[in-house]
Amino acid sequence: MDKKYIVSPSPHIHADVSTTKIMRDVIIALCPAILVSILAYGWAELLVLLVSVASCVLLEWAVTRWMLKRPSTVGDLSAVVTGLLLAMNLPSSIPLWIVFIGAVVCICVAKLPFGGIGQNVFNPAITGRVFLLVSFPAQMTDWTPTAGFLSIPDAVSGATPLGVLKETLKSGGTISQFMETNGYTWSSFFFDLGASAGELSAGALLLGFIYLLIRRVVKPWIPVSILGTMAIIAAIFSGINPDAYTGVAFNLLTGGALLGALFMATDYVTSPMSTLGGIIYGIGIGVIVMMIRYFGSYPEGMSFAILLMNCTVPLLNMWFHQKKYGRA
Amino acid sequence: MTLTFIWTVAILTVLGLVLALILFWVARKFKVEEDPRIDEVEKVMPGANCGGCGFAGCRAFADAAVKATNLDNQYCPVGGDEVMQKVASILGFTVAAKAPQVAVVRCNGTCSARPRINEYDGVQSCRVKAALYSGDTGCAFGCLGCGDCVAACQFGALSMDPETGLPVVDETKCTACGACTKACPKHIIELRAKGPRGMRMYVSCVNKDKGPVAKKACASACIGCGLCAKTCTHDAITVVDNVAYIDFTKCKLCRECEAVCPTGAIHGVNFPKELDKEAVKKRIADRKAKAAEAAKAAEAAEEKKEVANG
Amino acid sequence: MGKLTFSMGGVHPHDSKYARECAIEELPLPQTVYVSMAQHLGAPAKPLVAVGDSVKVGQVIAEPGGFISAFVHSPVSGTVKAIAPRKDLAGNFVTHVEIAVEGDEWDPAIDRSKDLVTAIPDDKAAILDKIKAAGVVGLGGATFPAHVKLNPAPGKVAECLILNGAECEPFLTSDYRIMIERPKEIVVGAAIMQKVLGGCRCVIGIEENKPEAIAAMTDAVRELGYANMEVQVLKKRYPQGGEKQLIDAVMRRQVKSGGLPIDVGAVVQNVATSLAVYEAVQKNKPLITNVLTITGDQIPGNLQHNYLFRIGMPLSWIVEQAGGVPETAAKLISGGPMMGKAISNLDAATVKGSSSVLYLSEGMTRRKPATSCIRCGKCADACPMGLEPFLLNRLYKAADLEGLEANAAQDCIECGCCLYSCPAYIPLLDNIRQAKGQVMGVIRARAAAAKAAAEAAKAATNK
Repeated sequence: MDKKYIVSPSPHIHADVSTTKIMRDVIIALCPAILVSILAYGWAELLVLLVSVASCVLLEWAVTRWMLKRPSTVGDLSAVVTGLLLAMNLPSSIPLWIVFIGAVVCICVAKLPFGGIGQNVFNPAITGRVFLLVSFPAQMTDWTPTAGFLSIPDAVSGATPLGVLKETLKSGGTISQFMETNGYTWSSFFFDLGASAGELSAGALLLGFIYLLIRRVVKPWIPVSILGTMAIIAAIFSGINPDAYTGVAFNLLTGGALLGALFMATDYVTSPMSTLGGIIYGIGIGVIVMMIRYFGSYPEGMSFAILLMNCTVPLLNMWFHQKKYGRA
Repeated sequence: MTLTFIWTVAILTVLGLVLALILFWVARKFKVEEDPRIDEVEKVMPGANCGGCGFAGCRAFADAAVKATNLDNQYCPVGGDEVMQKVASILGFTVAAKAPQVAVVRCNGTCSARPRINEYDGVQSCRVKAALYSGDTGCAFGCLGCGDCVAACQFGALSMDPETGLPVVDETKCTACGACTKACPKHIIELRAKGPRGMRMYVSCVNKDKGPVAKKACASACIGCGLCAKTCTHDAITVVDNVAYIDFTKCKLCRECEAVCPTGAIHGVNFPKELDKEAVKKRIADRKAKAAEAAKAAEAAEEKKEVANG
Repeated sequence: MGKLTFSMGGVHPHDSKYARECAIEELPLPQTVYVSMAQHLGAPAKPLVAVGDSVKVGQVIAEPGGFISAFVHSPVSGTVKAIAPRKDLAGNFVTHVEIAVEGDEWDPAIDRSKDLVTAIPDDKAAILDKIKAAGVVGLGGATFPAHVKLNPAPGKVAECLILNGAECEPFLTSDYRIMIERPKEIVVGAAIMQKVLGGCRCVIGIEENKPEAIAAMTDAVRELGYANMEVQVLKKRYPQGGEKQLIDAVMRRQVKSGGLPIDVGAVVQNVATSLAVYEAVQKNKPLITNVLTITGDQIPGNLQHNYLFRIGMPLSWIVEQAGGVPETAAKLISGGPMMGKAISNLDAATVKGSSSVLYLSEGMTRRKPATSCIRCGKCADACPMGLEPFLLNRLYKAADLEGLEANAAQDCIECGCCLYSCPAYIPLLDNIRQAKGQVMGVIRARAAAAKAAAEAAKAATNK
């Protein structure tokens, strides 16, 4: 028998899955929202996306090959996903050098020092975004929309609806005044301009999420518990005082709520492994987001909420395990 | 401004002093009373915390040493005799000198000597490979090459040689802690005496199959022919289960076994001169001839005596 | 009842039942057979013959070597040439009885006719003795001696006999073929086992991807009319045929960790074992034959077979009869692709539990390099025992035996679902198997120490 057969322990076959395929599915799921934002904001948005993705990929390649002297890990496409999510959280008018700094924080602070993919505690894209928000508050809150490929009515120049709302409420105005003054209707929240790409199209994001559900990439209970908690809290507070507290639909459709709940909180690495853990994680995020939105000084709380709950994930993983066979 | 400055400095100084006093008091109150000799002994320990002594770290070794009545059951292989003497002098014990040891890989089934007959595709772990089957060569006893021993060594003394597929021991780093011997599922690695000036002999094979079977699988195998055992004049070699073993406490490093071994399975390391096999074989032959003559002469003398008496 | 299935985990490999249309063919006889003394779980059998003895087909050649052991019989007639160590599938030496084949003379006590014998003897003890004397062992893969399993310890009552006709492993079709070709014998065998267990309910579980087998077995059950017996369709899912999963699906009960199926009133036997019980009790035929499937991926139809083989035939000889190993085969498996053993020695002799030779192509079987765990949890989702393989893998690497035991590494059934579904190609089961062994060692040592302590205490109080 001259031929050398392969010998290994069982099992001897493998499902047709891989980390790269999963990341590819996430990229495809983000495409509708990316497309909408490029159409709305034009070349500037495209440039931000390209610079973000290219920076993340190049940085990961450079660090793993030159510094760590190991095979590069960019083939698993996770750097691409981080780049896209970071770009979708930034205004299209942001200077490109700031985008690069964001990428540096995402990859070289939040991801690689912890051990690379699978080992990071904090969501890299969100860490990058929060760092930029705190370090470059002016550029990060300049929501001047850039010229898009489609001209879309109801364009608002200036801050996002949430930012304007915060200002209105601070200066003693009510929500209905805010809606009137700014000419918002509910449909405009699907084309919620003067916002970042991620905020832009709730519909496009939902479409992508449904794709991920079909492909069985995402755990649905995390977004459901986040959005559900947000909805309940919004319903309670806006029910008590609709002029001071925004309602359910407003909260679910604005800000990074959908992008965060559907795509960033569901990140495998930084979310709990068990179902119950994931639900508690989602509830925590929902509560923190609403508290920041209602009572905090930042208009948007999704990023901070996710980061704060990321801290609790190791504990949730320790406390909550899935049910085992034969054990009550 | 000056008043603020004075107040700030004063308050912080007082705060610092108060906190320092609290810490001092807590440290005194909750201090665990321990025999001070434990600290002394721990200071002379190598501090590697390798577990080679069988205790959970150097402090545990020190603790046990202080509590024991003698040091007979304790030995630090990393520190060796030097450290044991120091420990003994601190505690007022006596400790016998122990010959330094080193890990020896008793397999020479290189990639060229021992052809691969199948391809292992599981996780790179010798333990898993050994539990699965008899290996990817014809020898069921030989080194599996996945490097569990390399991973187990905390001193970086082991490395895999990519050409031979076998682990190599760096004698300058090996502390004879025994971790590799426990990690090897085939029990190929053994702690043997380092020997005078590092010279030692060993049989580089643990294959228990019959001679022809072993030789078919590996060109460097020990075929259990027993020539070495017959040649050895110091009673150091035994052949059990078709494989020879050299007792390092009896071996006198004469290298005669190495000269007569037909497969080259016996190795001598760190000898200054290359072994001149022909010269040694001649020496053995001469000795045998002389012994035969002496035996004949003794027999003749016996006969004469009998005839004289008879 | 609708289709039943187990409550957690499981994966869905392609069932690849390419050999399903191959009717069972009887192999000719080789020149020599090598009968292994270690064909069952437990102690190896002790040879009763000597070199030079003449033996007939079905003659006893070895007796049980302990309580958990079995008789071994000669599958051929001829002369014993040697009783010597020979390499098994994994290349390890095991004692084999080598018999040079001369003719095909059967022990006259064996009824070789094809007539169906439906009358079941009344004496339970006599039935068990016959099963034991025939060397019947479980043919679902574990080869546990059947007479031990069918004789529950005092105080344990069997409530349900579950016949495993699931054949959940991809590629294998031997159980499927015997259900189509010999359904009535299987049903009589089941009735015999029901009697031995005290007349409990019998459920024959068959996966939904075998409609012809479901029909054949349902017809056989109806025609033979034994009480309290039914066919239950199961969802197609791996590992549906696992003992614990069958009990969960059919009885909606779960066996506790460290427990046995009989603790929840269940006895699980493979349909092939049922056939062997029929042959042993009704035809006085000891277990000397079984059916194995020769198949694989990208294998032409003429190289696929279901063979009735005799134990002791070398695998290489059977493969030759089947048309040789195809060019595309990169790995040969004995058993299924999820839990089978890779063959490193094709000259090994078949044993009672041999179920297949699979030819897997390079593309299907070569492992991809492992990358970092991305904490996706797919392994935990897939585990039919509800374990968390990502955690067990980490604990094993950290050598944390306490943590491994707390996270139930000892409950692992080694089904392979975790490694199968990992997107990072991490060798999960390779490590967990080792962890399981280490934890079981600790548990056993603890139990032995506790027993010794209890006995010492008893002795002390007796003094």
